[in-house]
Amino acid sequence: MTKFTFTEKKDTRSGFGAGLHELGKQNENVVALCADLTGSLKMDAFKKDFPERFFQIGIAEANMMGIAAGMTIGGKIPFTGTFANFSTGRVYDQIRQSIAYSNKNVKICASHAGVTLGEDGATHQILEDIGMMRMLPGMTVIVPCDYNQTKAATLALVKHVGPAYLRFGRPSWPIFTSDRPFTIGKADKMIEGKDVSIFACGHLVWHAIEAEEILSAQGINAEIINIHTIKPLDVPAILESVQKTKCAVTCEEHQINGGLGDSVAQVLSRFFPAPLEMVAVNDSFGESGSPTQLLKKYGLGPDNIVAAAKKAIQRRK
Amino acid sequence: MSNQPDFVQLKKLATQIRRDIVRMVHACQSGHPGGSLGCTEYFVALYFHLLKHNSKFNMDGQGEDLFFLSNGHISPVWYATLARSGYFDVKELTTFRQINSRLQGHPATHEHLPGIRIASGSLGQGLSVAIGAAQTKKLNKDNQLVFVLMGDGEQQEGQVWEAAMYAPHNKVDNLIATIDYNGQQIDGPVDKILSLLDLKAKWESFGWIVNEFEGNKIEEVIKALDHAKSLTGKGKPVMNLMKTVMGFGVDYMMGSHKWHGVAPNDEELKKALDQLEETIGDY
Repeated sequence: MTKFTFTEKKDTRSGFGAGLHELGKQNENVVALCADLTGSLKMDAFKKDFPERFFQIGIAEANMMGIAAGMTIGGKIPFTGTFANFSTGRVYDQIRQSIAYSNKNVKICASHAGVTLGEDGATHQILEDIGMMRMLPGMTVIVPCDYNQTKAATLALVKHVGPAYLRFGRPSWPIFTSDRPFTIGKADKMIEGKDVSIFACGHLVWHAIEAEEILSAQGINAEIINIHTIKPLDVPAILESVQKTKCAVTCEEHQINGGLGDSVAQVLSRFFPAPLEMVAVNDSFGESGSPTQLLKKYGLGPDNIVAAAKKAIQRRK
Repeated sequence: MSNQPDFVQLKKLATQIRRDIVRMVHACQSGHPGGSLGCTEYFVALYFHLLKHNSKFNMDGQGEDLFFLSNGHISPVWYATLARSGYFDVKELTTFRQINSRLQGHPATHEHLPGIRIASGSLGQGLSVAIGAAQTKKLNKDNQLVFVLMGDGEQQEGQVWEAAMYAPHNKVDNLIATIDYNGQQIDGPVDKILSLLDLKAKWESFGWIVNEFEGNKIEEVIKALDHAKSLTGKGKPVMNLMKTVMGFGVDYMMGSHKWHGVAPNDEELKKALDQLEETIGDY
């Protein structure tokens, strides 16, 4: 059986920065826009090496989305960078009209998503962005789980034509996906199992792997599937797993409303009704604290996943 | 385009496009005649004199001048102008605002209507889009220009001022923006709803070259836009404050915010068409 371990930790935003820099070398149509958060988004390397293709917008996110949409006319591929909160909620109408409805090839790259942003508190900890973005027709939504996968997703986006939302985060996090292939829209079955399907995205994929070890020690054989692409959702992969296990758990650093849990629930209720438990933030805002404290307080830890898995198995009977 | 405009022909086009506008809006009993009629000379001047453009539409528009309409509700004048310029058959104007049409209430790329490069309708976004397109032209070493039209009521949107700050700072000098300054918005005169005070001083203080002109005289519009064009490439973006009369050309609509978004009835249509001679031929 596959065992996942890690020897190094890095923030996922650095994976974005490394991917963007690589794209700068690969493709001269790639341009980067930033709303006064170049360091936080790890866009410095791109800025340094490709200054003529880096656009400092200032603290004006609505303008940034409009400029990005306009830049696609003439063949540029804009990557916008700011915090997830300012990448979505603040500019929803600009994204909706100028990018999504207009089908512009803009890549909205969003850092500091979720409670793991930490001490800045709830004003900055957006937990609704996956829901907002996946509701937009034609929008691709990707939530990678570690540094490697965030870099791979950034590189994959340049070949993917159409609007996309890439969500990543601030904290240093285990790197465990070395050498795993990444394809937009194709779920990654990381651990095979037969008793319960655990679907996770973003930082919580690692917690799901930790939970699997605990469950395994108790004789429960969990299947761990990384749903890095929330939209388009890999429906066959979800159904294939749940048809085997007959119950499921979703794990995400997001509101219980609108995110991965809702996405999987929709699939199951339409095609294969089965018990589903959701590990997510339960309809509340976050608060200040360390990432570790917040993940624990808001019920997003490995223990929460273990409990949810047991409950799902119990409900199946 | 020729630098010696045929004003007789351009005036005929303007009159015909005004007929198209009132007929389109009447046929579906919805849409925005007031601003459309007020901006007719501007559209005629752009598409039949100023713009280097190709009616064989290409989204990227490289080597062409680009136009963006930010106040998307005046779609009737744009659609009529595009059709009269050969982007699509004038007969398609009958489908305006109807089900399964490419001529959506507000302009959209979604239905692939030739001539439209971005959706607009939710106000305040077009200037940002035009700036982005202008910066791409610079990256592509494309010397053609980008034009954008906004409404005066639209100046109340915050995003406009984000864009206003950005363009001069970044020397976006291949951009000619215009504000349809008719002084009216849906709920009443702009000065009563939320005053713009000295709009010229505002734009100048943001670092733009600002011109003012009368927007309902084709000779004036062409002169002003030619002048604006001569001011590009000098390190600053150009802003035109174009004074127009809402509803121009139809006496009972002129100067009143009441005709911002109301369609004429049968009797009112006849009254309007009596004032607008059929010149090129109705669709």
